[in-house]
Amino acid sequence: MNFDPRFSGRKFTSVGTRPIRPDGVDKVTGRARYGADFNMAGQLVGRVLRSPHAHARIVKIDTSKAEKLAGVKAVITAADLPDLTNGDAAMYDVLDNCMARTKALYDGHAVAAVAAVDARTARQALKLIEVEYELLPHVTDVDEAAKHSAPLINDAIFTEGLEEKPVKPSNVTKRSQFGHGDVHQGFGHADFIVERSFKTEQTHQGYIEPHACVANFSSDGTADLWVCTQGHFVYRQHCAQLLGMEASKLRVTSSEIGGGFGGKTHVWAEPVALALSRKAGRPVKLVMTRDEVFRASGPTSATSIDVKIGARKDGTITAAEATLRYSCGPYAGSWAEIGAMTAFACYKLDNVKTVGYEVLVNRPKTAAYRAPSAPMAAFAVESAVDELAKMIGMDPVDFRIRNAAQEGTRSSYGPVYGPIGIGPTLEAVKSHPHMKAPLGKNQGRGMACGFWFNFGGQTCTDLNIGMDGSVSLAVGTVDVGGSRASLSLVAAEELGIAYEQVKAIVADTSSLGYNDMTDGSRGTFSSSMATISAARNAIKILRERAAQMWDIAVDDVVWEKGHAIAKGEKHGNLGKLSLKEIAVESGKTGGPIAGHSELVADGAGVSFATHICDIEVDPETGATRVLRYTVVQDAGKAVHPTYVEGQYQGGAAQGIGWALNEEYIYGKDGRLQNPGFLDYRIPVCSDLPMIDTQILEIPNPNHPYGVRGVGETSIVPPLAAIANAVSNAAGVRMTHIPMSPPRILAAIEAEREWSK
Amino acid sequence: MRYIRPLSMEDAVGQLAGSSGTSAILAGGSDLLVRMKGGFIEPDLIVDIKAIDGLSEIRETPEGFSIGAAVPCAVLGESAALKKAWPGVVEAAKLIGSKQVQGRCTITGNLCNASPAADSVPALVAAGARAVVVGPAGRRTIPVQSVPTGPGKTSLAKGEIIEAILLDKRAPRSGDAYLRFIPRTEMDIAVVSAGVNLTLDEHGVVKSARVALGAVAATVLLVEEAAQVLIGSKLDEATLERLAKVCAGACRPIDDKRGTIEFRRKVAGVLAKRVATTAYARAGGK
Repeated sequence: MNFDPRFSGRKFTSVGTRPIRPDGVDKVTGRARYGADFNMAGQLVGRVLRSPHAHARIVKIDTSKAEKLAGVKAVITAADLPDLTNGDAAMYDVLDNCMARTKALYDGHAVAAVAAVDARTARQALKLIEVEYELLPHVTDVDEAAKHSAPLINDAIFTEGLEEKPVKPSNVTKRSQFGHGDVHQGFGHADFIVERSFKTEQTHQGYIEPHACVANFSSDGTADLWVCTQGHFVYRQHCAQLLGMEASKLRVTSSEIGGGFGGKTHVWAEPVALALSRKAGRPVKLVMTRDEVFRASGPTSATSIDVKIGARKDGTITAAEATLRYSCGPYAGSWAEIGAMTAFACYKLDNVKTVGYEVLVNRPKTAAYRAPSAPMAAFAVESAVDELAKMIGMDPVDFRIRNAAQEGTRSSYGPVYGPIGIGPTLEAVKSHPHMKAPLGKNQGRGMACGFWFNFGGQTCTDLNIGMDGSVSLAVGTVDVGGSRASLSLVAAEELGIAYEQVKAIVADTSSLGYNDMTDGSRGTFSSSMATISAARNAIKILRERAAQMWDIAVDDVVWEKGHAIAKGEKHGNLGKLSLKEIAVESGKTGGPIAGHSELVADGAGVSFATHICDIEVDPETGATRVLRYTVVQDAGKAVHPTYVEGQYQGGAAQGIGWALNEEYIYGKDGRLQNPGFLDYRIPVCSDLPMIDTQILEIPNPNHPYGVRGVGETSIVPPLAAIANAVSNAAGVRMTHIPMSPPRILAAIEAEREWSK
Repeated sequence: MRYIRPLSMEDAVGQLAGSSGTSAILAGGSDLLVRMKGGFIEPDLIVDIKAIDGLSEIRETPEGFSIGAAVPCAVLGESAALKKAWPGVVEAAKLIGSKQVQGRCTITGNLCNASPAADSVPALVAAGARAVVVGPAGRRTIPVQSVPTGPGKTSLAKGEIIEAILLDKRAPRSGDAYLRFIPRTEMDIAVVSAGVNLTLDEHGVVKSARVALGAVAATVLLVEEAAQVLIGSKLDEATLERLAKVCAGACRPIDDKRGTIEFRRKVAGVLAKRVATTAYARAGGK
């Protein structure tokens, strides 16, 4: 395939418009089918028994009473999901997380599951399963867990990445380091240095739709799985591996998805549902409760971060250093490593060093959450940057502009940047009316920058042209944020037809080749590239068919604005042929017309954003109100600007919740105290102002239309922007996220005491 | 599980009194159904009281108001007379849950759910509201604050049902108000709350007062000492500061997921000041 992905600078007809999304009507009328909306004749209800203990050895599980209960068709434990991972440590962790094997490692860890004829019977059966636990000491705090004296979660883990191989096991699974130059020397040249420590609490992605699936294992060894997921091909691979199946024998169909944000990139319930179905010989539907979603799925890391930044009087940063500790749950991860890579990515630095430590704790296995690990690092760094600007006496925007990375800058994590948007977003913020709006009493303004890598990956797409001239587009990338609308626009653009003529669907795993999941802000970037490629392949065939209809050489046929045109003077009397006219005749000219594309979308292009936020703080109660919020972000090219704005607003809204109120609260017993939306406080509508957006378009040179991923960067700056705003409003630097009213009031009181 | 929908108080009381096993009374169901769905309870008998004659009405009597046990909180907000007489009680009832929940939930249910953080209870206690209790032994009227005895526990005996909540006719120059602290703007549960009910003399001096605090002890607190601070004052700055101090001191809060002891004490004082100021203005004080 000779597809040229380079940016071409073309003028657009469809791309950049804002039509209604194809999945919209079904979603607002309740017809759309989400994970729990699939049903099969004879299906059973699956339910999972979970450990009430933070850390315990499983001495014995007796399922005999549950098995004897009328209506129970299968009971499974780890014995029904034997270890077939063959030395793949990461997959073994996934398996153990799906069903605890020797130890329960957190409150909510699955230890057994049942399938029964109805929910009541299944619930009763769970009560009849007898689990004998031997309680072990637990640790849930990231700093406590990193200490030598902490209870060990896995005594087979020795810290990786140290110069000398450690002799004792540790909860710190890995050390990673990034940077260049000599920070020690750099700090020597600084006139001002800010050094601070920060903490962020653990948050959940908070998707409204719980995990849900229906598994149907046939006696011939094949199986079907209907599931809400961000990546059905990945779920297929993982489930097949864990159940000892060939991937081709498992067909996975993705449902509509009620939010994922990274949390639906990992399997939890699906292998369990398949194992139950295999044992019961009937379809099994497994839907998590909200309590289970909080206790056992998600969440992101809790962190503890030390930052040190030095600058000269003229505002030039001379050195920057950070040590980042991220919780991984009870299994090894690379979350601190990503934090260490992103921490200083916005800046042009001669001397920079970041060190990340991955820390095991007795909490659920950390999962990706929208630009995973970057928001916490940005909170720490951007808070320190703000403080440093203040110390020097520079405007925080000017200070950042002075130190912003540019094309050609060597990034703090290694690569040299191409054309990037950090400078332009800062310039846009500097001239934005929001920055000049007056503030009232107890109100403060903050701003902050954010970075995210973005990803492309494997993509497979089919474009079929019907005999009526309509186009159906089958993609393997799950539509999480409106990509069916965006991809339809791209197909319409490329073919030169109306958006309404295109219908996009997400095909199942048996209909297309492997496709990476919707993560890394790759959905529209990668699948639009594949759609362009597929459309161009279809155009080639359309031209051939037109040439056949005209009986002229195909080289004399060009494709313009949805029509085949015979070029050259000798064909001057031939009228143009529309896509529809060619399609109608396709049965006589060689059969159906289609374009296919399979590619690895490289060159996703990094993404930057700068946010501005105004906050009012009640100094008597610590209550906060977000008064105004503005997002400025580079989209490369906004294919469907409404959904780009939606991504900007959504990231900001989640960031606001994280910054102000959301947190996992554990009791001394290691149990999660707030596994529900009442006490895990995501923002409600009335908590948020209208979030203003400004889309910048700095084309990505590695995409034909200049598209960059937009989904994740928007959650990176909010924690920092809000912390800077609250700090300015309250007159005290906030260093612990979330800035809940008790924390803000305590900080204000401490400051009052101190200044007495 | 058995569900019944009796048409009379006698029948309802009889069914409850005669039941073996666990039973629950269903009015709005905004607590009961949530707990059943969450798998926390599975009552053997559910007695739906919504069909009982008169229980879904607000009646104006010579003594004041009688609010039937099945009257949804949203309906309280639609009664102009009640809103005029007891704006604090109505604003408290209209803070429970969400708009949708308010279409179902009742102040009697809120009282009998016996949560220390119940929104309508501090306002009812400050208002001096009484509950009409009907049971196998007959009918009795008790102050609302004697109904909850601890988190999730009430003083009601087996077979007893609250039929109505009574609020007195208003004396001239009276006002009440309720405020709660929540980290969000709505759909939340009080971290601290305060209700104040005042009557002024013709010079604008507080003649009588009741101050209640919520979510700062196992049950809603009626703070007599705080009332004494207000009585005889025109709510000057020094009085309000004393009020805050007394209220903070009266709290017996706990540290939990919703707030710390320190936070609850401070904010109880702050809310008491703010809510007293509102009640004073509503009573016509300047």
